Amino acid sequence: MNIWYYANPERFAGLARTLLPWTLGLALILAAIGTVWGLLIAPPDYQQGEAMRIIYVHVPAAWMAMFVYAVMAVSSAIAFIWNHPLADVAAKASAPIGAVFTALALVTGMLWGEPMWGTWWVWDARLTSVLILFFLYIGYIVLWSAIEEPARAARAARILALVGAVNLPIIKFSVDWWNTLHQPASVFRMDGPTMAPEMLTPLLIMGLAYNLLYVAILFMRMRAEIAERRLRTIRLGLEPAAS
Amino acid sequence: MRTFAAIIWRDVILGIRASGGAALSAAFFALILVLVPFGLGPGPDTLQATAPGLFWMAALLSTLLGLERVVQPDAEDGTLDLIRLSPLPLELAALAKIIAHWLTSGLILTLLAPLLAPLLNLSFHAAPVLALSLLLGTPALSAIGTAMAALGSSVQRGGMVLALLVLPLNIPFLIFGASAVASAQAGEDPGQALLLLGAASLIAMVVGTIAAAAALRIGDE
Amino acid sequence: MTLQSFLEMGGYAAFVWPAWGLSLAALAVLTLVSWRWMRRAERLAATSSSDPGTNPAAPAPSEPVD
Repeated sequence: MNIWYYANPERFAGLARTLLPWTLGLALILAAIGTVWGLLIAPPDYQQGEAMRIIYVHVPAAWMAMFVYAVMAVSSAIAFIWNHPLADVAAKASAPIGAVFTALALVTGMLWGEPMWGTWWVWDARLTSVLILFFLYIGYIVLWSAIEEPARAARAARILALVGAVNLPIIKFSVDWWNTLHQPASVFRMDGPTMAPEMLTPLLIMGLAYNLLYVAILFMRMRAEIAERRLRTIRLGLEPAAS
Repeated sequence: MRTFAAIIWRDVILGIRASGGAALSAAFFALILVLVPFGLGPGPDTLQATAPGLFWMAALLSTLLGLERVVQPDAEDGTLDLIRLSPLPLELAALAKIIAHWLTSGLILTLLAPLLAPLLNLSFHAAPVLALSLLLGTPALSAIGTAMAALGSSVQRGGMVLALLVLPLNIPFLIFGASAVASAQAGEDPGQALLLLGAASLIAMVVGTIAAAAALRIGDE
Repeated sequence: MTLQSFLEMGGYAAFVWPAWGLSLAALAVLTLVSWRWMRRAERLAATSSSDPGTNPAAPAPSEPVD
């Protein structure tokens, strides 16, 4: 597929209109299956008991927190290099969704930490990185809203997303390094390769549901953004009123 | 090259003269450290244990102060247009701005910090490591800060926005810098932390310079 | 398994249910908000581009409140 074919926003909006019901519908079906499977069918963990069931909402949220930032970074790179008109829209529309996933990862992590670690918050390397990621999302959203002129905001936001993406590995490394310095490896691992397959299947289903839901919401927000841009050009008198 | 030097010279002079300039940043740095005993209590042990982190946190915060005047006034009074028109590549112009900011913030903090070390009961032999860590790390703070200041140059009163953009990106320097000083104070070798600090700082200077140059291009079309 | 034991979640009800509830509620709200924003924006764009009375040179109407 040629990425320039959908550079025309109206053409993309048409594609999004066709795909939206399918992605949203599939996301809801998978979420329903994952919910029933995760809460009812999957066995309790032999160590953590029923508290393990938080994993089915925590881990997908954490996956999406990172995945959405990656999408933002790649879109920003495309926007930066090729000046692709939709890439900015995709990055802007992704940010609030990513922030919600990140907040959910944090909150569900805390709700898991209390029964498992005996405290709502530990400065575990993973939780700390997700917390910093949350602030990167907030900074990105704030920059978009702080710059009044849309074209200018778009160009600034691209650079911010890319700087964030380049810095994330350094931040992650420094936090891991700091963590090994201050805490012996006694912290309970939140997930790991030792997960039983009865738990892995519903986890993957929930992960897929989260991913499709992200795509569906992304389509909605991009369509809204495209419509608002069109509205703006109409109002500026740059585009003659269409029939 | 003359343009490069001229930008540094001009920004340094403005930075020294400006009301939000170098002196204020140094005073703010000292004041944060003076506040610590009132918040944590004057116990020498508490102060000693927290001093490495507090010095570095004070450095992170006081570096923020001068950022608003790095790019925004130039964007408003047209200096930025002149810089864009000059034959000097924007990367070098951005680097000049970063160096000028560092000369009026990081360098001063580096010189000032060892003198303030006794206030927080920092061990005598950790003071040189504190200065070295600031020397290695503060250029990165200036680089990241200048890049963000260039991104936010069209934001009116963007100080709070800048803090939000800059501080999360500066966490690695806080981690490596503070732990270098802490390990020196504990009688351990600060070498690894200093190396990591230097490496992260170098990357940040490259990324910051490129990003600042890209951001300076924004209004230019 | 009884309903009672299901709701108790092995004693972890106070953690499992809020985690699931908050997750599903937040995602549902985000979906609804995005959906309504999309609907409103597309309707506005459609009406203002097809409105025969619209004069491109006329002063712009006030921005809709978001």
